[in-house]
Amino acid sequence: MSTTTTASSNEAKLWGGGKSPFNVEYGKVMMWYFLMSDAFTFGAFLISYGTVRFSTNGWPDPNAVFRSFPFAPEGVHAPLVFVSIMTFILIISSVTMVLAVHAGHNMDKKGVVRNMILTIIGGIAFLSCQAWEWNHLFHEGAWWGANPFLNADGTASTTNFTNFFFTITGFHGFHVFSGVVINIIMLIMTLTNQFEKRGHYNMIEKAGLYWHFVDLVWVFVFTIFYLL
Amino acid sequence: MSQSHNAHADHGTNDGSAIAEIKKVTIILSVFTIIELMLGFWMIGMPAGALRLAIKGIIVILMMAKAFYIVAYFMHLKHEVKNLIMTIVVPLLLFVWFITAFLWDGSSFRNLRNTYDPHFKEQSTIKVAPKEEGHSEEHASGEKHEAPAEKH
Repeated sequence: MSTTTTASSNEAKLWGGGKSPFNVEYGKVMMWYFLMSDAFTFGAFLISYGTVRFSTNGWPDPNAVFRSFPFAPEGVHAPLVFVSIMTFILIISSVTMVLAVHAGHNMDKKGVVRNMILTIIGGIAFLSCQAWEWNHLFHEGAWWGANPFLNADGTASTTNFTNFFFTITGFHGFHVFSGVVINIIMLIMTLTNQFEKRGHYNMIEKAGLYWHFVDLVWVFVFTIFYLL
Repeated sequence: MSQSHNAHADHGTNDGSAIAEIKKVTIILSVFTIIELMLGFWMIGMPAGALRLAIKGIIVILMMAKAFYIVAYFMHLKHEVKNLIMTIVVPLLLFVWFITAFLWDGSSFRNLRNTYDPHFKEQSTIKVAPKEEGHSEEHASGEKHEAPAEKH
């Protein structure tokens, strides 16, 4: 690929069999295609949210809805604070995942184990935050089919807001949960020297792709639900 | 097997630069998130208007930038073979049309209803007295929850 003079003959060789034209292993290509289809699923959810919001005159103000914080006194309102902590938890766990993949490249088992444990802790912390937030909203009367929050302009709201919120964050949370399970399996496989025996840590890379995708989706969910 | 090792050799050779790249992207993602949050705090209580819309536009741009950094560097797509990048990115271009078409449709539906459905228009202008701030005792909207209304 780097030589331009023999580009055509390289091209022929690239697709001539005997080697991967994408220069990655099969499982990783398939992980990419799975993530692409998953992106369309989340995209469909978020776009339908946008369509419904654009077709409605009023919409609840997220700063008036998501304003609670664990252990905060009753009257204290802290919009955006809790969700920003959740966002940073996910970003940091994504960074530790990259470090685990990097350690895997260097066949550094200890580094993989340490960073996978940190990533799993990050995932569990995120899920705990989300469980707290759902529980809190539920006790405020919000659930699928029930919306206690008024629109930002003081008019009556529909249940669209809570339906979309719980469906989309729930779907994302389920992805986080499966990511944590996958990461735990990867950790066990690392600890039992499965990857040392194979001679490579490609599985960590594939789990890493999934985990980064979960972080990527949260970037969109966080922005669209809490900021816009 | 040997193939995947070659692939690693392409971008895993110098350890220092890989770590430096991870650090750089971490800082970029954090800074963008902090800017988003600052804009979000700024928007609290701001009346609807051009300024609010502009801030929302900036937030969307930052969101796309963060997505780019995660996919390109954390998911390593930038360092893959061009053919692989294209098979992932080109189908995602469909989103450009999806977003345009569906948001357009949504706002068109709102305009139609506001024009031709006086009931809809009227309903969306009636202000409702806010329910009192008490939360747990408020069963009016959620009778079907049989969960005990315990609250810390």
